[in-house]
Amino acid sequence: MSVSRRTLDDVATVHRVRSDAPFIIGLCVLSSVYVLLIAGMLLADLSFTTPGNFLAALRSEEIRYAIRLSLISCSITAVLSVWIAVPIGYLMSRYPFRGKSVLDATLDIPIVLPPLVIGLSLLILFRTPVGRLIERFLPVTYAVPGIILAQWMVGCAFAVRTMRTTFDQISPRQEQVALTLGCSQSQAFWQIVLPQARRGILAAGTLAWARALGEFGPILIFCGATRMRTEVMPTSVFLELSVGNIEAAVAVSLLMVVAAVLVLLLVRVFGRTAPLEANQI
Amino acid sequence: MIALENVTAGAGTFRLPGISFEIPTGQYGVLMGRTACGKTTILETICGLKACRAGRILLDGREATHLKAAERGIGYVPQDGALFLTMTVRRHLAFALEVRKLPQKAIDARVAELARLLGIEAILDRKPVGLSGGEQQRVALGRALSAQPRILCLDEPLGCLDEETHHETCELLQRVCREVAVTTLHVTHSMNEAKKLADCIFRIERGGVTRVLP
Repeated sequence: MSVSRRTLDDVATVHRVRSDAPFIIGLCVLSSVYVLLIAGMLLADLSFTTPGNFLAALRSEEIRYAIRLSLISCSITAVLSVWIAVPIGYLMSRYPFRGKSVLDATLDIPIVLPPLVIGLSLLILFRTPVGRLIERFLPVTYAVPGIILAQWMVGCAFAVRTMRTTFDQISPRQEQVALTLGCSQSQAFWQIVLPQARRGILAAGTLAWARALGEFGPILIFCGATRMRTEVMPTSVFLELSVGNIEAAVAVSLLMVVAAVLVLLLVRVFGRTAPLEANQI
Repeated sequence: MIALENVTAGAGTFRLPGISFEIPTGQYGVLMGRTACGKTTILETICGLKACRAGRILLDGREATHLKAAERGIGYVPQDGALFLTMTVRRHLAFALEVRKLPQKAIDARVAELARLLGIEAILDRKPVGLSGGEQQRVALGRALSAQPRILCLDEPLGCLDEETHHETCELLQRVCREVAVTTLHVTHSMNEAKKLADCIFRIERGGVTRVLP
């Protein structure tokens, strides 16, 4: 190890700093590896199919059913997710209570659990007496409600995270002022907090929608892959691949890519403006 | 009148035991103390935003120790104003009256009266984003006064203002509090501010509150 011979006087007079270029270049090179891989993947998809293949896939009755079912189930999932995520997010953001860290970890389980395990767990849940009772009135397993439930299990977890962050960014001081002005806690929530959280709500709903659109594992286990019954877009990709119809699989995949990009753009727009608005004063 | 009798205030592990002081009706009281000595905690306890762990709080002679914040009849102005970001200035002034379901005509009249009193007629249709620090504090003051509270609690309301705006707002506070005859508790660490505004000054030291002036 070399010993520096500099004195304090040397340091005070001249201090040279190395160029920042190697650091910046290093950042760019490492980042571009991943970005290029994503772009390359999408370009490969695009080059694999032709407009003819794409339109032929769209003309297929089964694929049109899958697209329709995906759009409907994802939209229901998004609404249900927001409906639950808003109260949970607000509760977690505002109230201290015993066992909060345990609840916090529990809410993340659907995010970290392997998708197949979620599907299997749902299947087992609906084999219990309570599950069977529900099934007597509303068929869930291997049916469309099961698809929504499987999508919702994961989508809602992302919506909860988004809503918690949204409420964390809104100052509780405003609610306190509202309380002194004569509001109940519920009035302060509806009149002060919720209007400010609207962009976060849209972001949460959009994120849940996007997650639901890509959900495959839990749906396959919990609802099967029956054409014209429990077939959503990822199921179509799986079924078309399994019979060797790669063109149709790629066409459906591209549709999902377009939907995902649109959703991500929306989330960015809502996500960027939400905290700004909250911190502007 | 604001009276604290042997109150224990605090949040988490922080405790301020045995606080007693009284601000007579219609007077302007200033509570002073160093940063983080518990001034805001006492103010929030009076407003009902933090629980009073022991003792009694009397507001206008009425027992208010365990009343909800909404039932105490206090106008509260926090340091940062905490304006409602999605509402116009007009709605800020109308908010407490809308909560109390007053007829629209009475609300409009009160909004006009407050806007005139605080000199904010020109910004009634603007939202908080983009308002200057002085304008924000005027709006926060108007919002706090709209339901004609008997008590006003101000948490370092002049803390974030530049020198000129500080002086203007100080004069405004003096004039408004006299005109509306409200009992005021103003929390600050500035002796200058206290001398300009106060009828009586209290200081938090050694964990208790002592009267400094008069």
